[in-house]
Amino acid sequence: MTAVLKHELRNYFHSLTAYVFGAFLLAFVGIGAMLYNIQAAVSNFEFVLSFGCLVFVFIVPILTMRVIAEERKQRTDQLLYALPITTTQVIIGKYLALLAVYLIPMCLICLYPLIFSQYGDVYLLTSYGSILAFFIMGAALIALGVFISSLTDNQGFAAGIGIAVILLNYYSVRLSEYVSSTAVGSAVALCVLILILGAVVRHLTKNNSFAYIVSFALIAGVVIAYIVDATKFEGLLPGIMAKLSLFERFYSFVNGIFDMTSIVYYITVAVFFLFLSVQSMEKRRYN
Amino acid sequence: MITVEHLTKRYGDFTAVNDLSFEIEDGHVYGFLGPNGAGKSTTMNIMTGCLSATEGHIRIDGYDIFEEPDCAKKLMGYLPEQPPLYMNETSLEYLKFVGEAKGVKGRELDRQIESVISQTRLEDVKDRLISNLSKGYRQRVGIAQALLGNPGVIILDEPTVGLDPIQIIEIRDLIKQLGQKHTVILSSHILSEVQTICEKVLIIDKGKLVAFDKPENLEKLLMVSNAVSFIAEAETDEINEVMEELEAVADWQMKTQENGSVRVDVKIEFGEVSDVCRHIFFAFAQRKKALLELSSKKANLEDVFLELTESGVDTASVDNGGKTDKSDTELTENNNVEWMERQVDNR
Repeated sequence: MTAVLKHELRNYFHSLTAYVFGAFLLAFVGIGAMLYNIQAAVSNFEFVLSFGCLVFVFIVPILTMRVIAEERKQRTDQLLYALPITTTQVIIGKYLALLAVYLIPMCLICLYPLIFSQYGDVYLLTSYGSILAFFIMGAALIALGVFISSLTDNQGFAAGIGIAVILLNYYSVRLSEYVSSTAVGSAVALCVLILILGAVVRHLTKNNSFAYIVSFALIAGVVIAYIVDATKFEGLLPGIMAKLSLFERFYSFVNGIFDMTSIVYYITVAVFFLFLSVQSMEKRRYN
Repeated sequence: MITVEHLTKRYGDFTAVNDLSFEIEDGHVYGFLGPNGAGKSTTMNIMTGCLSATEGHIRIDGYDIFEEPDCAKKLMGYLPEQPPLYMNETSLEYLKFVGEAKGVKGRELDRQIESVISQTRLEDVKDRLISNLSKGYRQRVGIAQALLGNPGVIILDEPTVGLDPIQIIEIRDLIKQLGQKHTVILSSHILSEVQTICEKVLIIDKGKLVAFDKPENLEKLLMVSNAVSFIAEAETDEINEVMEELEAVADWQMKTQENGSVRVDVKIEFGEVSDVCRHIFFAFAQRKKALLELSSKKANLEDVFLELTESGVDTASVDNGGKTDKSDTELTENNNVEWMERQVDNR
């Protein structure tokens, strides 16, 4: 694992990736600090971060697009499979290297509230609380990026899908206002989601009957639940969309609440996608 | 020692490896031979843990590759068909990474890297980026990588493909050297290569093991059905007449050439080849017809291979769906290599 970690770190600092990632993150947060803290003279650093989290939409896919896709393209994944290390170790090593690259600009950002506190009253607790949440949210998004990169051998494709998924997540709360909140609408949308899930399961397992059984069981469950109690479905879809948003949860930190459930949620998301990445790499062994 | 038992690999309906069983003993150079798509790479990938098997077991010194992959993988070094190199690193950095991943640390790692670099003669290029290295050097970095951690078994998948003749000779020499200390398994579709390097040959066709023996023994298999070929300036009727006189002759084929002479390939069922040659010579001399060429052919590994893989090239090209051109060029490439080898030897 340490071998993979060291190797990846060397790779990031040999190439431009780490520098581009750090530069974009610092530039965006810097612009935010200028707008909010200096020009508008607001003493809350949290607002800067809530402005800055839009930058994740672009920089996370840039950072993670090559992490596994490139190994596949260059056929170096064969080396990783043949080495006496497990796929889990490979993924964790790679993920820790990504976190290290992400941690460096974050350390610089940690200096901002300290500097501002020299010139006014900065409430440091909420500032650092939201910096921590900002870091953990980014870590969850990076895990998502790793998973997307593990699905393809085309870097550009991985980046494109990554941007689309994170952007959708960023706007999901605003979009949720436009989706149907009636019971029927929610039930139909759920069925469509289940069918998409079934297609993904079919793609990953190459097992038709398993995918059909899973999707039909879930759809049957939805239909039965709808017949039993249709009122439960009212407003379900917008609710789910809002709940899935990683960014929406971050705003509670900005408002000064250190919400442990959100931290647990971020960590769960990260672990979930890393687990899927391991499965996706293992699947190559079984294709 | 490697034991492969009833190994089967299916991709949907397609069976790439079909109930393959064999044992590999320590300290020899083994050759995997088979046409393109015979299942050589698949077998090697499964043996090294890069691929799962549908059925069967593989044990390396008693460790099952599927159940105790860590222990089993430490005993093997693998060079896939396309060397798995990181282009933006120098050879030294790359070898360091692989060594560390194989669990070699500190001074031992430095010592091992130095030793594999000198073994594969990479001293001059160790600080160059791999992307700037020639194909021959890249192949050597790949072999160096496989040697790290001092594994007992080195598995090389088509190590000489795409190299120029001189590089091929260098890599072959390197493999021979490795064979003195390690068990080497290499795959190839080039017969002469296997014949010169390997002590034992496994011939695989359509995922099945069709032969497993020393190259000399495999040649002996076909020694019995020797053949004679000659070119005569005669009418086909006359040739048929001469051939019918000979009891030892089993079959013959004629081909009229542009200048009017006829090329005849004769299969002999029994008896000495020299007797048949003598008879042919005098028969045509009596009829006052000139013989432009007369030669006896011994079966070589190529014939064994074609025989065992059922008229080899034909089926192979059918399997590959119209890739006949490729195998043709490979054959000529092979001839060129042999020619170059001779040139180099003469020097």
